[in-house]
Amino acid sequence: MSNKNEGSMERRTSLGLRRFFHQISQMANSPWGGGPKDSGDGDGGEGERKKPGPRNPWVTPDPIDTNRGRKPRGPSALDELLRKGRGRMGGGGGPGGGGGIDFSDSAKYWKWGVLAGTGLWLAISSFHVVPPEKEGVVTRLGSYSRTVGPGVKFTFPAPIERIRMEDVRAIRTMPIGSPNASDENFVLTRDQSLVDLAYEVRWSVRDPELFFFQLADPEGTIREVAESAMRATVANFDLVQAIGPGRVDIEAQVQRRMQALLDQYRAGVMIQGIAIRQADPPSQVDEAFKEVTAARQERESAINRSRAYEQQVLERARGDTAAFDKIYEQYKLAPEVTRQRLYYETMENVLSNVDKTIVEPRGVNTYLPLSELQRRARPMTEPDAAPKGGQ
Amino acid sequence: MLKSLFHNPVRLLVGVLALLVLLSMTVTIVPEDKQAVVLRVGEVYGTKNAYKPGENFGRSGAGLLMTMPFADTVQLIDKRILGINMERQQVLSTDQQRLQVDAFARFRITDPVRMYTAIRTEERLQQQLATILGSSLRNELGKRTFATLLSPERGAVMDNIQVALNREAQKYGAEVIDVRIKRADLPEGATLEAAYNRMRTARQQEAISIRAEGEKEAQIIRGNADGEAARIYAASFGKDPDFYDFYRAMQSYRQTFMGENNQGGTSIILSPDNEYLKRFRGN
Repeated sequence: MSNKNEGSMERRTSLGLRRFFHQISQMANSPWGGGPKDSGDGDGGEGERKKPGPRNPWVTPDPIDTNRGRKPRGPSALDELLRKGRGRMGGGGGPGGGGGIDFSDSAKYWKWGVLAGTGLWLAISSFHVVPPEKEGVVTRLGSYSRTVGPGVKFTFPAPIERIRMEDVRAIRTMPIGSPNASDENFVLTRDQSLVDLAYEVRWSVRDPELFFFQLADPEGTIREVAESAMRATVANFDLVQAIGPGRVDIEAQVQRRMQALLDQYRAGVMIQGIAIRQADPPSQVDEAFKEVTAARQERESAINRSRAYEQQVLERARGDTAAFDKIYEQYKLAPEVTRQRLYYETMENVLSNVDKTIVEPRGVNTYLPLSELQRRARPMTEPDAAPKGGQ
Repeated sequence: MLKSLFHNPVRLLVGVLALLVLLSMTVTIVPEDKQAVVLRVGEVYGTKNAYKPGENFGRSGAGLLMTMPFADTVQLIDKRILGINMERQQVLSTDQQRLQVDAFARFRITDPVRMYTAIRTEERLQQQLATILGSSLRNELGKRTFATLLSPERGAVMDNIQVALNREAQKYGAEVIDVRIKRADLPEGATLEAAYNRMRTARQQEAISIRAEGEKEAQIIRGNADGEAARIYAASFGKDPDFYDFYRAMQSYRQTFMGENNQGGTSIILSPDNEYLKRFRGN
């Protein structure tokens, strides 16, 4: 993401440079500027690139356009020079002669042209604008010289000093593993289970000079270090922890491990954080995991039921004893009477509601068909009217 | 002189070109991230910006290198930390478990001359080391049980591999900085299925034990409730067991003879000697 931005930025600056160069060269060319094609709108690289011919000093120089070959590098410019040289030696009869330019005169301009070109080159390659989010690493003849912060910076011209800029403020993200189920990134846990992990590494460049000079493949290294650290860390966690409460711990440990390793490499990279986007059991065992959740809920409901029972039993005990305590209080005041009263009340209550048969003990009662009696008694609706005893 | 040069662009050009060619033959820029081996007529003549441990950038020796034209050639060799990409390996642990291992190693070239004479290019060195890494990984991991490969003691295993790899790497003028297992996966097929099964049964076991635990806790709660209730009863009724007995008997009669399920369904045969009927006799 950030890399792309950088790329486009570089392209933009180089476009700008080209435009600038173009304008300068047009200014320098003004003595010849009467040429019909030199209308000089100078409004940007786009139009310039599309129009073929003399407008662009890099591309196929028109033989007439002798004044364009001032760019100090580039084969087309050299070709042009050679052609011109040949033209001159050939007595002006060459293809370059079409414009009718006197070469003995143009030699003067040659001098100025070369000088201007060189001056321009020196100016461009020693003047740099470091954007606010970047730092520039300056090398002098290949050897590291200094790191410069944002702002306008000067260096020696190009072959001597070069500057390479790197974004040190941007926090870049590197996703590892995929959130799609189709592409599972399994990591083994301590209990030899598998977790499907997807996570993100956030990192930034801390020391651009180390970042440039130490690692051949910084991004690849960060990725490998991340995978290794993640796997080593998760191997210390149980599955249940890894997919649940242990995630924060895992993130912190991976970050620490990665930073230690990268410091050991002197990579100049700062790990800002690890974010586990997803830590799931493999889809193949999902059912079993759901069963555990169900079991947990069942457990809760069993406990709830017991708590209800507990309430019920205790409240009942409290009610019963409270009633007893009340009566006992009264009983203690008048034990005998209370006792008698309770007895009679109970008997009254009980006997008024049941069939009663009173039997004289001396009577012969063994043949009394009690069940028969009962059956006869029932239709009579008046249990009290049942015959009293029998002989 | 200068004037005549400018009057003749071809001469100027040829002069500049000649100068450039000469310059390019006598001067090489050795950048900070490269080390140079200078060969004079095929023989190793010297090095520039060769790796030294703990060096600081800017004082490491990078910069201009002057050479003799035609006689000298300069080989630039990477000075940075390089990686080894190893093919996935299947490793068989001592307990016959299979494991797919991805490992990576980081190394740097510490002796460019030896490296150049032994194997010439970084790419070939990388290939060579990858092969060695693969075999020492198989050897070393094959001595361990599956569980060790996953455990934190893996660190010791990796150290052993690093030592073995380093011994080889030194022959090529390289130093291995780090060896690490990137991924250790179960291979597709039976092993993976077995792992899934184990996970599944582990979950099922957990589910069952959670349910049992729930039942246990429920029972404990019930037991506590019953116990507490008994205590409450005892505290209250224990004040006068005799009265309680009477009181409870009365309650019991009511419950027994006229409980809700027993409406009018009971017949009682009483003897006139009964305590309750005694008064009928007038005494």
